[in-house]
Amino acid sequence: MRGLRKGRCCVTPLIKASNLSIHRSGTTEAVLKQVDFSIRPGEIVTVVGPNGSGKSSLIRALLGHMPLASGGVARKAGLRIGYVPQKLQLDSAIPMTVRRFLSLPRRVSDSVARTALETTGVPGIEQRQLTRLSGGQFQRVLLARALLHEPDLLVLDEPTQGLDQPGIVAFYQLIEDVRQKTGAAILLVSHDLLVVMRASDRVICLNGHICCEGTPEDVSVDPAYHALFGSGARGTLALYHHHHDHDHGAVCEPKLGQGGFSVSANDTHVTEQTRA
Amino acid sequence: MLDDFLIRALLAGLGLALVTGPLGSFVVWRRMAYFGDSTAHASILGVAISLAFHMSIYLGTLSVAIAMAVLVTVLTNRGQAMDTVLGVLAHSALAFGLVAISFVPSARSDLSAFLFGDILAVQRFDLALIWAGALCVLALLCWRWQRMVTATVNEELAMAAGIDPRLERLILSLALAVVVALAIRVVGSLLISALLIVPAAAARGRVSTPEKMALLATGIAVISVASGLWASLQFDSPTGPSIVSASAVYFAIAQIFRRV
Ligand SMILES: Nc1ncnc2c1ncn2[C@@H]1O[C@H](COP(=O)(O)OP(=O)(O)OP(=O)(O)O)[C@@H](O)[C@H]1O
Ligand SMILES: [Mg+2]
Repeated sequence: MRGLRKGRCCVTPLIKASNLSIHRSGTTEAVLKQVDFSIRPGEIVTVVGPNGSGKSSLIRALLGHMPLASGGVARKAGLRIGYVPQKLQLDSAIPMTVRRFLSLPRRVSDSVARTALETTGVPGIEQRQLTRLSGGQFQRVLLARALLHEPDLLVLDEPTQGLDQPGIVAFYQLIEDVRQKTGAAILLVSHDLLVVMRASDRVICLNGHICCEGTPEDVSVDPAYHALFGSGARGTLALYHHHHDHDHGAVCEPKLGQGGFSVSANDTHVTEQTRA
Repeated sequence: MLDDFLIRALLAGLGLALVTGPLGSFVVWRRMAYFGDSTAHASILGVAISLAFHMSIYLGTLSVAIAMAVLVTVLTNRGQAMDTVLGVLAHSALAFGLVAISFVPSARSDLSAFLFGDILAVQRFDLALIWAGALCVLALLCWRWQRMVTATVNEELAMAAGIDPRLERLILSLALAVVVALAIRVVGSLLISALLIVPAAAARGRVSTPEKMALLATGIAVISVASGLWASLQFDSPTGPSIVSASAVYFAIAQIFRRV
């Protein structure tokens, strides 16, 4: 399906950011420098990068939760966003069942709540207290809540943290299903490089600025990607090719002065072997 | 009927209990336990200002309380922890108040009566003021309930839903300041601070949702007022402290039956 989504250059993006810079609060030290970003309807975009590289900051800026040092963010009018933040500290002082939580701030019917919890693999936990859930169960509840109001865009910051291994695989399957069923675009932050490469339409490597960007096959051969992730990234391409059998030979578009080159599928294998 | 001081005391207590249930729940959820004390101490400053400028004491204390609520919100928005801010403000307000009042000799004698209030001395005007304040704040809470609860659970989720957590915090602080400032004059700072915290703390642990906690806290506050008044009549004990003692007893009972 990835092939189908190429060349949709003229669709209005859901969110478009240009020349975005963010400073650490109270200083002029840049957290993000001159980032251009856009996401189109139905697209799955994953942001990868080391800890502290500004992934969460980028997301919060796109959502308008953060003051910008420069640049601008344009969101499509009436855009419905389902958001799962990276860290969600819950205060145990407020009593809150899962069911009640799903009705914040907009109330939903019992059947909608039940369906959402079933979809994310935690059926029947409506009456449990939020603070009494395991990390993975809580993550699934957050996802269920993000799905409630037919979002045009799901923004998920490290949504697979705390999920078990089958859970991670099932999670990406679910994301794909959601996209198929609702046509929602999905913006992910993730450290699961192997799965990211299989499940995304577009990957953005971030480290204070955009180091490289493009389809998974482009990014996996980008020197900037290897510089960022080192040996950890080496196996990702092999695995990627293992699971995908559609046509290759995509043209790698140069981004941000990373240098342009084009590769065919065969070339990439050669590159991989010589590196290893 | 309203001439009967006991009935007036009961009505004043019930009016406060109605609004301290839900407000006190927010105080417990957001760890604002010192808010009552901070406002009470700031009120001393308000009294000094009122007397110095020949204003109504209600007006003076109310404006100082509102100024403090704004200050609390600004400081917490700048990243200070709520309990720290309230601790700092409670002590500084008291110190500034005592310094200010030393310049207004006529105020010194009023001070203790002011801080400790007397629910048995409530007049019709006080009663009207308390009920008007309580009903306004209740209406405000009902109107903004979903937004305020969401912002209390998590600020990022609230922002993603288009809620400004700073605005909700300001509104809550203002509501608290108004209720506390009105009540101090009438029932004293001990009683209003305790009514905010103790019933809500007693209700926590038995309930599953914020709404149930607010209702149960209101119920406990109402029963505390009624049984405290009754006890004070029965044993000829001071009324305000008797009401607080009653709520403390309910808190203790709730701990025994607490769902762990
Ligand atoms: N609340 C905050 N206050 C001040 N600085 C912050 C805050 N959150 C993040 N930063 C700084 O901004 C930079 C980028 O942080 P960000 O959270 O965006 O990184 P990230 O890529 O999401 O990292 P991770 O993979 O660990 O989640 C970091 O250098 C961090 O120190
Ligand atoms: Mg992050």
